[in-house]
Amino acid sequence: MLSNLDPIVLARAQFAFTMSFHIVFPAFSIGLASYLAVLEALWLWTGREVFINLFHYWLKIFAIAFGMGVVSGIVMSYQFGTNWSAFADKTGPVIGPLMAYEVLTAFFLEAGFLGVMLFGLERVGPRLHFFATLMVAIGTLISAFWILSANSWMQTPTGYAVNADGQFVVADWFKVIFNPSFPYRLVHMVLAAYLTTSLVVGAVGAYHLLRDPHLPGPRVMFSMAMWMAALVAPIQILAGDQHGLNTLEHQPAKVMAMEGHYQSHKDGAPLILFGLPDQATGRVDYAIQIPKLSSLILKHSLDAPLAGLDTVPRENWPPVPITFWSFRIMIALGFLIFGLGLFSLWTRWRGTLFDSRPLHIFALTMGPAGFIAVLAGWITTETGRQPFTVYGLLRTADAASPLAAPAVGSSLLAFVIVYFIVFAAGAIYILRLMAASPHHGEQGPSGDMPSRAAGITPASGAAGQGALS
Amino acid sequence: MIAAIDLATVWAFIIAFAVFVYVVMDGFDLGLGMLFPLFPAKADRDVMMNSVAPVWDGNETWLVLGGGGLMAAFPLAYAVLMPALYTPVIAMLIGLVFRGVAFEFRWRTTAARNRWDIAFALGSLLATLAQGVALGAILQGVQVEGRHYAGGWWDWLTPFSLLTGVALVVGYSLLGATWLILKTEGALRDKAYRLSWGLLFAMLAAIALVSIATPFLSIQYAQRWFAWPNVALAAPVPIAVAAVTALLMRSLGQKQDSRPFFLVLALFALSYAGLGISMYPFIVPQSITIWQAAAPQNSQIFMLVGVAGLVPLILGYTGWAYWVFRGKVRAGSGYH
Repeated sequence: MLSNLDPIVLARAQFAFTMSFHIVFPAFSIGLASYLAVLEALWLWTGREVFINLFHYWLKIFAIAFGMGVVSGIVMSYQFGTNWSAFADKTGPVIGPLMAYEVLTAFFLEAGFLGVMLFGLERVGPRLHFFATLMVAIGTLISAFWILSANSWMQTPTGYAVNADGQFVVADWFKVIFNPSFPYRLVHMVLAAYLTTSLVVGAVGAYHLLRDPHLPGPRVMFSMAMWMAALVAPIQILAGDQHGLNTLEHQPAKVMAMEGHYQSHKDGAPLILFGLPDQATGRVDYAIQIPKLSSLILKHSLDAPLAGLDTVPRENWPPVPITFWSFRIMIALGFLIFGLGLFSLWTRWRGTLFDSRPLHIFALTMGPAGFIAVLAGWITTETGRQPFTVYGLLRTADAASPLAAPAVGSSLLAFVIVYFIVFAAGAIYILRLMAASPHHGEQGPSGDMPSRAAGITPASGAAGQGALS
Repeated sequence: MIAAIDLATVWAFIIAFAVFVYVVMDGFDLGLGMLFPLFPAKADRDVMMNSVAPVWDGNETWLVLGGGGLMAAFPLAYAVLMPALYTPVIAMLIGLVFRGVAFEFRWRTTAARNRWDIAFALGSLLATLAQGVALGAILQGVQVEGRHYAGGWWDWLTPFSLLTGVALVVGYSLLGATWLILKTEGALRDKAYRLSWGLLFAMLAAIALVSIATPFLSIQYAQRWFAWPNVALAAPVPIAVAAVTALLMRSLGQKQDSRPFFLVLALFALSYAGLGISMYPFIVPQSITIWQAAAPQNSQIFMLVGVAGLVPLILGYTGWAYWVFRGKVRAGSGYH
């Protein structure tokens, strides 16, 4: 049964599946680690008990999310060798060092200080503990730096040469690391992580406010989350626009797929809002479009000519339907998040931030929106890179391991079963923690000992103000 | 082949060092996991888990460095070995997934706690067995054509690789047992002492069996061990193993709490040195040397800067984390 399938298709499915499950966790941990650092800093600075309660509340959730990120991440790091050994051989000299630096500068930092962050407050005291939290937060950002550099190099390769063995070798490290799409991708992804986390925090806050609008913990977290969403959503839309223009410059076929432009337009290309791209006929059926708007967005001129996929050899076409739709899902969610931010500003101005049920219901339903947008964004950029793994240089079909379909199929099946068991359980435990409201004297992961953390008064805080005696 | 500074050899040592640190550090985590079924009481399991909860993630990161470093410094070896070890690697990853999440999940549920304890134990066992099998499969060599693995999907499975798999299960379990001696007290520690004796004899038997079998794998190993001048390098290893074993038995007999763990580390180091002597300079035994597999010099130099600067720092703050959580773990003073 399995042997009739194409091993390359199975390997790609395995990558897509394991990557989709993995990216959810770093996106959440990058934002949450920074949020935890902010909460702890506020606690140290003001001494207000609500901040340490929120810190401990989110720390327990962070522990689970981070653990799931770690185990799904190890799977990713070995997958380059198991399913994509030709890719590993050919790009190892370029990509390998970037990922090795990620381990050396980020993973060890996160893992080394995580234990102290989770369990060490009483052993090391508030200041050293805050340092540990800060190190974990910085580690998540450094990790994003290196892995996005590696991914961006695959999208927009520069600074390389090719040796006699057919391997990519590095001619200029600076050009490899800071390749053309990297700054845009890094900003776009870190902002996405911050937005994703603010939506989750906001949804949890909203959930508890719907039940009782007077709880101090939910009020504080909801307000913080809504500030974040309101400030970052418009910046993210701008960053995304810039990233798109950069993609147009370096990966035009990807933008053609995103836009659904099979045909070239000599005087102003329309923006196709919706339609059904048909890869076989090279047409978008049932298209609803706004004339000239695509040229305006991409070229800042109504009548600018815009090339379509008819200028690209067919064997180099990305799969348009997937790219086209995932891009639209991401954009739609982006504007919904922007709308949520505006709505929250409006209620804030009217003084009903903590009482507006429509806002709370909206924020609650938007809880998973960040995750879905992140997934849609990654699907857009990765399928839009096809049929290449290293854009224009190494075809996906030439990157795979010399494996038969049964091997790749069985491992895919195993991962599907394992991931559904493990990550469903993890999601249930996280939701269970979220269902409880942060309360007075909230304990961290060191729960079954009498927590004296609430009694540790930050040295810089007003003594006694937040302390429980 | 002897350059003033031979980068490939330097990198071979770095990768070997990373893998060794992984083996001894995650070895006791995994060993402790495999001992879980022998400690059915919840209180004991809480203590066992809490003895490694703050550090296990850092321990496991050395495995990522080993794999990532191999891809970066010896991409050809990585590209050949990973498909050759396809099934053991996937099995190891799945084992590590269950083991890793069990650390967090078991505290979040009462109904399913026992199920996550089982997942913790089985995940640890699967990951260890897979690592040991992978080691045996590498030692016996893999089929290579050009720059690709050319063998079958089941080539890794031989009596020898199963032997190395079982040997590692025994070895990690002994590490786990002596770690418990170091970190616990009372009845739990006494049980760990008793287990250590049995596991020690099992480990010695495993070392002996693997040592006897290895020279039969290929003429290369036999020459490496028994031909002059290598015999001068190889001969001290069994003598040192005997000496360390004697010290270990004495410390177990005298109920010294910290010494057994470090003596087991020494046993691991000696076995590991024996492996190194057997393999060098091959990275894929009998087919690919470290020079053939080496990444271009500028890739290796670029990373060497990072390793030289960062590994001491990493060892520093990792040591600090161990220092923060030093001492005996007591029941009820859990971190969770």
